[in-house]
Amino acid sequence: MPVNCSEVRDTIIQVNQIIDEIGSTRADLIPILQRISNECGHISNSAINEIARRTNIQPSQIFAVATFYRMLMTKPHGRHIVQSCESAPCHVAGGRELFQALKDVLQIEPDQTSPDNRWTFLTTSCLGVCGIGPVVLVDTDTYGNVTPDQLTSILSKYE
Amino acid sequence: MTTVRSLVLISNDPESKSRGSEAIFDAFVHHLQRFGLEEEVSVSFASDIGQSFVSPLVIIYPEAVIYGPISPADVPHLVEEHLYKGRIVEEKRAPAKALSGRIAWLAARKGTLPAENRIVLKNVGLIDPDSIEQYLGAEGYAGLANALSMSPSDVIAMIKESGLQGRGGAGFPTGLKWGFVKQAVGDKKYVICNADESEPGTFKDRMVLEGDPHAIIEAMLIAGYAVGANEGYVYIRGEYQLAIERIETAIQQAKVLGFLGDQILKSDFNFKMHVHAGAGAYICGEETALIESIEGKRGEPRSRPPYPTTEGLWGKPSLINNVETLANVPAILRNGAQWFKGFGTPSSPGTKVYTMLGNVNVTGLIEVPMGITLREIITIYAKGMKRASFKFAQTGGSSGSIIPAILQDTPMDFDSYKKVGLSLGSGALLICDEDNCIVDIVKVLTNFFCVESCGKCTPCRIGTKRMYDLLMGITKGTGKLEDLEELKSLNISLFDLSNCGLGQSAGTPVRDMVEYFKTEVEAHIKLGVCPAGICPMHA
Repeated sequence: MPVNCSEVRDTIIQVNQIIDEIGSTRADLIPILQRISNECGHISNSAINEIARRTNIQPSQIFAVATFYRMLMTKPHGRHIVQSCESAPCHVAGGRELFQALKDVLQIEPDQTSPDNRWTFLTTSCLGVCGIGPVVLVDTDTYGNVTPDQLTSILSKYE
Repeated sequence: MTTVRSLVLISNDPESKSRGSEAIFDAFVHHLQRFGLEEEVSVSFASDIGQSFVSPLVIIYPEAVIYGPISPADVPHLVEEHLYKGRIVEEKRAPAKALSGRIAWLAARKGTLPAENRIVLKNVGLIDPDSIEQYLGAEGYAGLANALSMSPSDVIAMIKESGLQGRGGAGFPTGLKWGFVKQAVGDKKYVICNADESEPGTFKDRMVLEGDPHAIIEAMLIAGYAVGANEGYVYIRGEYQLAIERIETAIQQAKVLGFLGDQILKSDFNFKMHVHAGAGAYICGEETALIESIEGKRGEPRSRPPYPTTEGLWGKPSLINNVETLANVPAILRNGAQWFKGFGTPSSPGTKVYTMLGNVNVTGLIEVPMGITLREIITIYAKGMKRASFKFAQTGGSSGSIIPAILQDTPMDFDSYKKVGLSLGSGALLICDEDNCIVDIVKVLTNFFCVESCGKCTPCRIGTKRMYDLLMGITKGTGKLEDLEELKSLNISLFDLSNCGLGQSAGTPVRDMVEYFKTEVEAHIKLGVCPAGICPMHA
């Protein structure tokens, strides 16, 4: 993939701003990665190298931490992330059927991004809102008691 | 603190939010002004108070009338009739059968239902979590004041005397743990609140943090004073955005009023607090993994011993307690150990917060005394099964036990459960009916461990995957009887050889399945039939 120079430069500026705000000790690493993941969409190799330069932590160590945590994105993703809860409380409350319906509506499998880059589909472990299962998370919006026939109208809110 | 005539609470859980609770709030503010009632009536949001079928709920005190579901269009009528003219709007009242938990108790009035005893959730849903004044009005920080007037050893003695046990799942005596940290040698000690609640089906800690964040600050201050720590961390899972915001607000307010910082309440005790947001890993609920994560590393559990009580965060003695455990502490300091022992059973004093889920009529949160039975919870609080009859319940998230119908009358306390080989776990109760297939559920539970295993030690990383593959085979009709033997031996290997609790308990669902539901599993293998009609039974 060709490297976009201005994109790399922007990332480096942003990484430096974040580190100036948070700090550059080992304990600051996860907060730094959280901010970069949220604000840049994902943690790119150039971001990791810049963090390494500023914190004196090996890039391999940073990569090891970034790939360990589910909420830290290390790969580019579509414009919206759809997450379907695959834990047991949602499963028995209709999650099994909902998961099938989501695959049909999105026309992609878990961990894939749609060709038009609109959706990335992920499965997730329990989100802690089990009282209203089955739960679907679109970006940061939580939808509870979702039935398969509601999916089209929920997803139509996201372009 | 200003006094008001009436209090309007609007439920603001994610479900209510998506159904427009914020628009309802705005409508109340607007229409109260229209009637000139804005000085007399206070409007607040409350987190999920225990049920979700008729949300958003609007509760008006002091009458404790519960309305629901309410839309912004209903608000002018409610304000005019109830708050202006003082007449209850009967047709908008929430149907009693759709209410559970605290709300049900309010709706039915005390005495008609076995009342819940609320210690942990005492303030949740009743005070504005963003107001330290309301917390103070509800006896807040009185426990801290009591603690500071005692010696640290006396505080620990009181917690020991109360018999409080850890509510994170293991049930370790809290006072004993505090004593270990106090005795540990170190120039610096830490208090850590474990709010990385990730057991599937558990959201009690979120409710406490969202509804009563100051209780956790107060408890950590008391703990810090008792064990000799002057710094604390709250480790909250990253998905709990609202809880993170609430606790951060609460910390700022506590600093302003001098409950955090130097010379707290004019004593020699100093304490500061930090919030660490998790980044999405179930394993970080394991205490040593949580410490690694605060230190900025992969959340991989350490080998123990040394235990965190002697060598924890940055190698210093650290006290780690679960949110629910801590939430009991201010009440014990306020009311004394004897008062606390008046709840629950002699071996497990106090209450337990449960989340009721699954195929029951009412799902949500309840806080009941230790020693209640599963049958009572299902019939009284969950209002019975929704469709088919009760088959099994799964306690305490994925690492808990599967309770077959024959054991549903076992008293739910740490001791009684241990005797019959069950675990109480984190308090989730996933109640399943006859339409569920045991193999299918156990497969889902095992997949959870397979996904969430940190991968550090081999038995867990490979064992959970092998278990999942075998279960997958059974649901596809390619299972063999030898698979059951292999599943059993995998469970033994996982239990004996894994480094931490995740691996050690990963085989529990499989063990219970083979123990209590052998015929159903064998029907899959021998007859090629899934009795519940769930499994595909073909590749």
